[in-house]
Amino acid sequence: MALSRLSSRSTTLLQPLATTSLLRRRHISTDTTPITVETSLPFTSHLISPPSRAVETSSQELLSFFRDMALMRRMEIAADSLYKAKLIRGFCHLYDGQEAVAIGMEAAITKRDAIITSYRDHCTFLGRGGGLFEAFSELMGRTTGCSKGKGGSMHFYKKDASFYGGHGIVGAQAPLGCGLAFAQKYSKEEAVTFTLYGDGAANQGQLFEALNIAALWDLPAVLVCENNHYGMGTAEWRSAKSPAYFKRGDYVPGLKVDGMDALAVKQACKFAKEHALKNGPIGSNHHAFAFVFEQILEMDTYRYHGHSMSDPGSTYRTRDEISGVRQVRDPIDRVRKLIIAHDIATEKELKDMEKEVRKEVDAAESPIPEPSELFSNIYVKGFGAESFGADRKELRATLP
Amino acid sequence: MWGILRRSAVDGGGFSASSLRRTRSALVSARSYASGSKEMTVRDALNSAIDEEMSADPKVFVMGEEVGQYQGAYKITKGLLEKYGPERVYDTPITEAGFTGIGVGAAYAGLKPVVEFMTFNFSMQAIDHIINSAAKSNYMSAGQINVPIVFRGPNGAAAGVGAQHSQCYAAWYASVPGLKVLAPYSAEDARGLLKAAIRDPDPVVFLENELLYGESFPISEEALDSSFCLPIGKAKIEREGKDVTITTFSKMVGFALKAAEKLAEEGISAEVINLRSIRPLDRATINASVRKTSRLVTVEEGFPQHGVCAEICASVVEESFSYLDAPVERIAGADVPMPYAANLERLALPQVEDIVRAAKRACYRSK
Repeated sequence: MALSRLSSRSTTLLQPLATTSLLRRRHISTDTTPITVETSLPFTSHLISPPSRAVETSSQELLSFFRDMALMRRMEIAADSLYKAKLIRGFCHLYDGQEAVAIGMEAAITKRDAIITSYRDHCTFLGRGGGLFEAFSELMGRTTGCSKGKGGSMHFYKKDASFYGGHGIVGAQAPLGCGLAFAQKYSKEEAVTFTLYGDGAANQGQLFEALNIAALWDLPAVLVCENNHYGMGTAEWRSAKSPAYFKRGDYVPGLKVDGMDALAVKQACKFAKEHALKNGPIGSNHHAFAFVFEQILEMDTYRYHGHSMSDPGSTYRTRDEISGVRQVRDPIDRVRKLIIAHDIATEKELKDMEKEVRKEVDAAESPIPEPSELFSNIYVKGFGAESFGADRKELRATLP
Repeated sequence: MWGILRRSAVDGGGFSASSLRRTRSALVSARSYASGSKEMTVRDALNSAIDEEMSADPKVFVMGEEVGQYQGAYKITKGLLEKYGPERVYDTPITEAGFTGIGVGAAYAGLKPVVEFMTFNFSMQAIDHIINSAAKSNYMSAGQINVPIVFRGPNGAAAGVGAQHSQCYAAWYASVPGLKVLAPYSAEDARGLLKAAIRDPDPVVFLENELLYGESFPISEEALDSSFCLPIGKAKIEREGKDVTITTFSKMVGFALKAAEKLAEEGISAEVINLRSIRPLDRATINASVRKTSRLVTVEEGFPQHGVCAEICASVVEESFSYLDAPVERIAGADVPMPYAANLERLALPQVEDIVRAAKRACYRSK
């Protein structure tokens, strides 16, 4: 993917995803009449009755799913090329294959519901309304990045859309997410926090500590285990005695969801949100059989890339396995087939959409941060304290 | 908890708590303390500070082990549960990593948690959240996510609690950009700095001292006002002097003041600086003092290697080298895990005589 300047025309394309105005530019249907689709697999549940397999959707939603997932897919593939061209440095953890989780979740919630996730956060950022330009700028360490180039791949944030990052330490986001839910309950916000973590993080002690407190204090937290079956290079059967992650909450109800099916993800997230906001019959009475507001959603998903760009992803799994999943379970293909089957758009129209998306995913030239940015945002209030560079007699700054 | 008062009385040579107070206030009136007839223990100072800030801002809440129903392991949060209810004061399970992460997450969303560690030794179980989730977030998000949280609790040695319960964490936390680290000594420090910490939009590590909780200090009317606040990043000159600068923080301030008395009897005028703020460190005040006295003795309770004293010595050597008339002196805790036996524990911690000896060395008054 060659770098090229952004043309003035293409700036209009760098709008937040899934806006109806974008779709109106096309001649494809923006029909919102409900269509009911069955999820490909039933939900498996723990301590709760699962939601129905029949999911309500619409032409507009299916098309937005297709376009947004195609955009995410292309962004990750472009990031791969940019990394190999050494324009992205350090760590780069790609999400391609897992798009349905980000997309399905967004369809079920609002921007007042909070999301927090791990370092595999590019597509989650896009789903929350983050821009492609801000994402690529951040990856390349430019001042126009969503974290002004100070965060990098693992530290995308979008506070105005209740997206709290982007965390590099495996499992740290679990208690942080329960803390966000705590704040929502404290401020009486009628909103929910979705805390995403992987099968690798699922064994972390702090997750169980957070789960215990969240259940004890009735926090509106939904824990979402994105089980892509490999924690870095270690397969789930080698790291978890019990890989039934949706049951690992013990007293916390759980649901196992086909994470490659955007509609199943949407249904599960909608179900979990309603459950978390319900005023249970026993309320805050900490009885052993009290209603537990939280849920664990285990998303059975898959990542095509390795753990990160330094992992080829093929030393601990076979290429046949990867291509097998791609052929049978790819989330974008699933939605494509649905769209064609329901006569919402033709194969050619969808291919054209994909081509447009490819063009959008383009990098612009933007400046690297000023050296003074080294010292910005250490504190909100620095009280005139000093900070220093490597040679403190050469480089120092007064913090405002 | 009442054992603490007994212990500090024992330190003074078998006095009762009230006679200790009388002795202290007699000593104290000779110093440059805020004049006032009222006295307050550090415990009450901390309690009133939290109470007032909770009253002023509904976003402030308290979280920690035994802070509610038990009234606080050291009674610092006494009465708060009754006054504010379970929606503002939360008893947590003994799971530091979990509840600290929850506190930081709540701060991300704009609340103002005051998280208590029963001692800072237990903060090591949660240190990833203090450093990676709290300290660095404002920077990594380029200002989007600030973390207005306070982590507070007793730090450093108590009496006879052994190696796992006696470490001082000032140096560790103060090395991290993005954190603020405060260490009060007197009741006025405790009130003013804790109120400033709770109001501060950045994460603050607030290092108290168990043995100081029961000590009484005179307190001014100004300090008793609910709007009272001390500036973060400013040290206090507890005693002015001209021959040698002694810098320290927390409990050691009391020892340094006693040492200064002893030195005065021998004709050495010591200037005692109470750091109050370990990060940001008030290098300006320290260096100005050394430029006046030409000699430095820096004191802390924690381990010597890579300690707060080491940073102060480096700063002074870098900024005020030509003003120094003697090598810089460091008095710190012994370079050993804290032993239990009382005589060994005494050897492992700085004593007044150590500070006096170092000051005399700096003045070339002993071998």
